Amino acid sequence: MKSLVAAFCFMLFAAPVAAETVNVKVGVLRETHARETLSILDIPAADDTLAGALMGAADNNTTGKFTNQTFEAIDARLEDGDDGDDVVAALDALLDKGALFIIADLSAERLLAASERAKSKGAVLFNISATDDRLREADCRANVIHVAPTRSMLADGLAQYLIWKQWRRWLLIKGSHPKDEFLAQAFRNSAKKFGAKIVEERVYEDTGGGRRSDSGSVQTQRQIPVLTQNAPAYDVLVAADESDVFGGYLPYRTWDPRPVAGSGGLMPTSWDPSHEQWGALQLQNRFTKTFRRLMNARDNAAWLAMRMVGEAATRTGSNDPEKLRLYLLGDDFSIAAFKGVRLTLRPWNQQLRQPILLSDGRMIVSVSPQEGFLHQTSELDTLGVDQPESKCKLK
Amino acid sequence: MQIEVKNAPSPPLPRCRGRGSRFGLSLLFAKRRSLASPLPRSGGGTGRGLWVAALLATLITPAHAYKAYVSNEKGNSITVLDTEKLEATATVKVGRRPRGIALNKDGSELYICAGDDDAIQVLDTKTLKITGKLPSGPDPELLALSPDGDVIYVSNENDNLVTLIDVKKKEMIGDIPVGVEPEGMAISPDGKLLVNTSETTNMAHLIDTQSKQIVANILVDARPRFAEFKKDGSELWVSSEVGGTVAIIDPVKRELKQKIAFDIPAMSKEAIQPIGISFTRDGKRAFVALGPANRVAVIDAQTKRIEKYLFVGQRVWHLAFTPDEKYLLTANGVSNDVSVIDVASLKVVKSIPVGAFPWGVVVAPQ
Repeated sequence: MKSLVAAFCFMLFAAPVAAETVNVKVGVLRETHARETLSILDIPAADDTLAGALMGAADNNTTGKFTNQTFEAIDARLEDGDDGDDVVAALDALLDKGALFIIADLSAERLLAASERAKSKGAVLFNISATDDRLREADCRANVIHVAPTRSMLADGLAQYLIWKQWRRWLLIKGSHPKDEFLAQAFRNSAKKFGAKIVEERVYEDTGGGRRSDSGSVQTQRQIPVLTQNAPAYDVLVAADESDVFGGYLPYRTWDPRPVAGSGGLMPTSWDPSHEQWGALQLQNRFTKTFRRLMNARDNAAWLAMRMVGEAATRTGSNDPEKLRLYLLGDDFSIAAFKGVRLTLRPWNQQLRQPILLSDGRMIVSVSPQEGFLHQTSELDTLGVDQPESKCKLK
Repeated sequence: MQIEVKNAPSPPLPRCRGRGSRFGLSLLFAKRRSLASPLPRSGGGTGRGLWVAALLATLITPAHAYKAYVSNEKGNSITVLDTEKLEATATVKVGRRPRGIALNKDGSELYICAGDDDAIQVLDTKTLKITGKLPSGPDPELLALSPDGDVIYVSNENDNLVTLIDVKKKEMIGDIPVGVEPEGMAISPDGKLLVNTSETTNMAHLIDTQSKQIVANILVDARPRFAEFKKDGSELWVSSEVGGTVAIIDPVKRELKQKIAFDIPAMSKEAIQPIGISFTRDGKRAFVALGPANRVAVIDAQTKRIEKYLFVGQRVWHLAFTPDEKYLLTANGVSNDVSVIDVASLKVVKSIPVGAFPWGVVVAPQ
């Protein structure tokens, strides 16, 4: 019996060092994100997302020197007008090159198309940017692991802090695009879940046009007070603006002097260039040194996806996608991501549990879950749709 | 001699805002979420009664007066403590973001990793003046001193290197490539084996100090931050902050023997983050700081059984014994204090206010 136990322990603990070099190829399938951002600081760089994946690969390769494993990031970038067929073609090209792990920076529809296509080759996708709850619920897929948080996780992270501040009366202003309604719905759900009240809802119509002008602030300064006047008494304005049309215009311009949160002011996010706690400064420094720019949430999620592949490959000594996926879903997996706690996967829908940072664009104001929000499994599961409510049936 | 502290009132209830008491919404969660958690202690919360009792105890068995040094990460200072009076006697301004600290053999010099100044500063412990600095490479965080005191090994997180510094000549004499974000440093009592832990690679790198080559890489749980040898060199313990475990390594066979996990009722697993480790000289007992769990675990170092959890200040980082092993001092990052554990009775007898965000702690040999 004793020897049996010893053998078991050895299997658990010994670093599996492969005799032959194991090569792990990771595709980076990424959309071109809109350059129409309210703040010029948010205009995506040419290596948006890819830079994070490259740094993750470099980190994995440093470890790989000791485990005889190499990691490679292969870029596939979609252009603005590309449709579903182009996504599938780009994915096929990655699969043909032997990339069976795909870091996917895709919208929900494209992600589902890619997931369907990847099935035949047994590839695993890491969703690093689509926040749609449906991808983890009714439309969940067994070959998709979600590194990006959901809208409901982001909204809950913000809501917990607003409740902690006793700012319970919210004025909700949403944009006129469908995804703005998804985010608005997430805020409504959070308000209900944590006991806030939405005193009124308003819509900001996107009338089109660009963001750049030589005297934009003159008009904005007059428009936003009109948008926000005659509101019932409220503590905080919550904005749902995923298209970056007006959220950034709200702070300091509201009719009543009130703080702004959501898509402007205090923003919930999985990563921010100003995050420095729990060793995050090291990651920020390394990134800036290599890529001469700041690390955004997509870069960070791509880095983390690459690290998850690396961690699973190191621990299993394998590059088999299914083997690695099962390791990531198992009890032995946890990963350090500079958020102060270990991150693990929710096995029922393959969503990464993670704290939500609340940033004002300059500083991290707070990190949720907030103290006092308890859960029987993990306090991180107070954020987003929990297992009992989940509609996901992995297939 | 063991002193029984009798009739001491139990510590007062923590003053921090209670889980579940502040907001009506917690009732909402009460149905399916356990509220039976013991409350984390807020800063400086050792009971007055205990403190008086401890003072009485000190009167009965006069403790030797040692000097302890505490690095204050955000205070940019070192607090000097008197371990007999159990109070701060001096505060010294040092470089930016001081974390890892170590004394030379006779305690005359304190080496301070001033991370944001990219240097190791040297503090004369008599005059309490900075007398110079050692070239450390960028962002030094933790260091280990060779048993003869001639070489300092320091981890450079940004460069994935361990740097070797000649203390007398004040120059770098080599470096060793290791994994991503090297941090924890320890040296075997015979000086032959150096250990570095890399936080993102999640390995303990065992390095032969003669050949300066890595001789083994041992995978441990996520974010290994600290390593410590037993005084007889028979075991090496490595704490994984994010993984929440302590790995026990056989330094001779160079393999992992066992892992210790911690389970504190009604405390989330994520909050248990082992960092500092200290062994008693006889190797019978280990103390492990558990970070934001605000506790120090007392472990039977032979059976590896966890005997007890001691409440200390908030976010406990590193630990140090007084040389007579009467007290164990803990640096508590968030509550800005040092908890004093009476080792014989396994009781926290005092908390001493220090500077902002205390991180490292060492005690002079005499």
